[in-house]
Amino acid sequence: MGDRTGTLVKPVDRLLLRGGRLLDPASGLDRVADMVVKKDVIETVGTVKSEGFKGKVMDCAGKVICPGLIDMHVHLREPGFEDRETIVTGCRAAMAGGFTAVCCMPNTHPPVDNRAQVEFIRERAGGLLVDVHPVAAVTVARKGEMLTEMGDLVDAGAVAFSDDGAPVATAALMRRALEYASMFGHPVIDHCEDLQMSGDGVMNEGSVSTLLGLKSIPTISEDIIAARDILIAEYTGGPLHIAHVSSAGTVRLIRDAKARGVPVTAETCPHYLVMTDEDVRTFDTNTKMKPPLRSRADQEALVTGLQDGTIDVIASDHAPHRIQDKQTEYDAAAFGIIGLETSLGLILTHLAGKNNMGLDRIVEKMAVLPRKILGLPETPLKEGAKANLTVIDPDIKWTVDRDSFLSKSRNCPFNGWALTGRSMAVINKGMIFSGSKIR
Amino acid sequence: MQLKSRHLLGLEGVAKSEIELILDTASGLKEILDRPIPKVPTLRGKTVVNLFFEPSTRTRFSFELAEKRLSADSMNFSAASSSVLKGESLRDTVQNIEAMRINFVVIRHSAVGAPHFLASCIDASVINAGDGAHEHPTQALLDMMTMKERTGRLKDLKVVIVGDIEHSRVARSNIHGLRTMGAQVGVCGPATMIPRNIEDMGITVYPHIEDAMAEADVLNLLRIQLERQGRELLPSLREYRNLFGVTLERLERIGRDLVIMHPGPLNRGVEIDSDVADSEFSVILNQVTNGVAVRMAVLYLLAGGKAKLEGESHG
Repeated sequence: MGDRTGTLVKPVDRLLLRGGRLLDPASGLDRVADMVVKKDVIETVGTVKSEGFKGKVMDCAGKVICPGLIDMHVHLREPGFEDRETIVTGCRAAMAGGFTAVCCMPNTHPPVDNRAQVEFIRERAGGLLVDVHPVAAVTVARKGEMLTEMGDLVDAGAVAFSDDGAPVATAALMRRALEYASMFGHPVIDHCEDLQMSGDGVMNEGSVSTLLGLKSIPTISEDIIAARDILIAEYTGGPLHIAHVSSAGTVRLIRDAKARGVPVTAETCPHYLVMTDEDVRTFDTNTKMKPPLRSRADQEALVTGLQDGTIDVIASDHAPHRIQDKQTEYDAAAFGIIGLETSLGLILTHLAGKNNMGLDRIVEKMAVLPRKILGLPETPLKEGAKANLTVIDPDIKWTVDRDSFLSKSRNCPFNGWALTGRSMAVINKGMIFSGSKIR
Repeated sequence: MQLKSRHLLGLEGVAKSEIELILDTASGLKEILDRPIPKVPTLRGKTVVNLFFEPSTRTRFSFELAEKRLSADSMNFSAASSSVLKGESLRDTVQNIEAMRINFVVIRHSAVGAPHFLASCIDASVINAGDGAHEHPTQALLDMMTMKERTGRLKDLKVVIVGDIEHSRVARSNIHGLRTMGAQVGVCGPATMIPRNIEDMGITVYPHIEDAMAEADVLNLLRIQLERQGRELLPSLREYRNLFGVTLERLERIGRDLVIMHPGPLNRGVEIDSDVADSEFSVILNQVTNGVAVRMAVLYLLAGGKAKLEGESHG
């Protein structure tokens, strides 16, 4: 059972997870019990005696065992930009962050717009603990002209379609993309941005951009394309997934659309929940991403949207960049930050336990709903099921140290932040990664 | 008294006492400019690099002259003749220059925050000579010095800045400085050039020039960038002049003295008419002279402000 992540991962022969809180919002399971994992299967759920147990034992008292977390929006940068991240280093970062699966976006070089590219990713990720689910491009070469061979791409393993990094170019094209994708039951994920409206803006438009004189991106740049897409999803029957929602206006559009029964789902990212455009005042280029950090009012709307179910998913939009692409003037810096290794910690620290967001809701948005949206099999915590698990310590206090990240990149604005809660171990495909060795 | 920071990156957050110190020092130094030999040895042995990544004539000349009057060694660097064209990063360019052992960097750059970025990666004192649409602190200081000379006060002075506020670093630095000094500040210009939520900076927005002129003691007119004409922000220069141009006719209708300022260069016949620019209302050339004095004061104070201003001829 080889894993090119080296000694970080060990095979599971027989492992007793003793006394953890088993939490699976999909089935309503929430109780303290023992669990035995035998190779890649959950053998027992219940009470297991430690004495005489043949295998390894992990004390899980006070820990939470949930379906393996999945980050449905990451950039692994391979092929083409291996100096930022590779499939292997990105998967290491995912394991360290508590994820057993990621969806990688197709804006690589060359882009993932044909079967061979999907197969390349699947091949490179084969044997890794982390499942890598490719998102394929909506259009050939992401040019916004011809639809990709979606049927062939799904057959090769693509789970969704997106021209992420840019919006699906036109309304007419989005209409055809949604119609065509509906044959396969996999969503079109749109990066909602009116590129003319954004212009060469680098931060949110509002009091802070006015103060700093930085070129700005208004919230309506996002809202206009979200509204367009929702109307098209309503007309065609979807399925539409809106990526990295950052504005109050888009939250409202999605809420209204869901109330009308429009087949739309949405995600937001941890950074929008814990930072605002006020943080740009430091000129730290790690506060620069698209969509940009918005105002406090937008942030509050996102939290409300997570609570009331308007926003289904939390995803990181993990976007690795080289040091020299961030260590520069704000205008010249690349858009995007990495997030795989801080996502869960930020959410547990700043969202869990507040705002009616219990751990069950968080697991729902980071494990259950993304799989449902993407048409991936469930990962239930029951005897006989495949063991695809994340073990969370919700109480551990730790400090973000980006120099210790397993990601190849360091473009993280949370360095030095004190957080509470993180993943202790992930188990998938008969392998275990346990953070204790490296921390 | 000395300045708190080693750098002058902007006027946001600079205390009233510090602005007063700079303005008072500048008034004291201004006298040097009228001497038969207008030079003092205050910064002898200090090296200043003027890094201009954007074209500039008057600001660069003004800094250079201030440096020479204080006997600093100065070097000029302009983007057109530099390694920037070869793709070198700002950080590498400046770290290379600093490795040659220098004391001050005066920087003008089109990117907001470029001086702040520099200050974080080099040891020399950094003076912001304009960063994108963010700040241009020495311009605002010389503007305030000129207003104070002409009207005798800054407190409760009503100043309206007219023009393309959105793209103006002069406007932002003036707003910060004037608000700190207790002036009442307004802005006036086409709605497409007034940035969102600017009221949050504690100022008034005047959509019409007549209303602005009726209220103001001082009008600070910004240069309208000719290349904005015919784009989405401004239909034409003709339209701008019709709506916002300061003409003698508009001035006479106010029927009282107004101080007219302009950071230059002028677009005569657009934001300001020739007969206004050359009238007794205008203090535009006083601004230029005060620019040298203010920049001398800033260099002097950032150098520690202790060196004796040798040859001081007061008393």
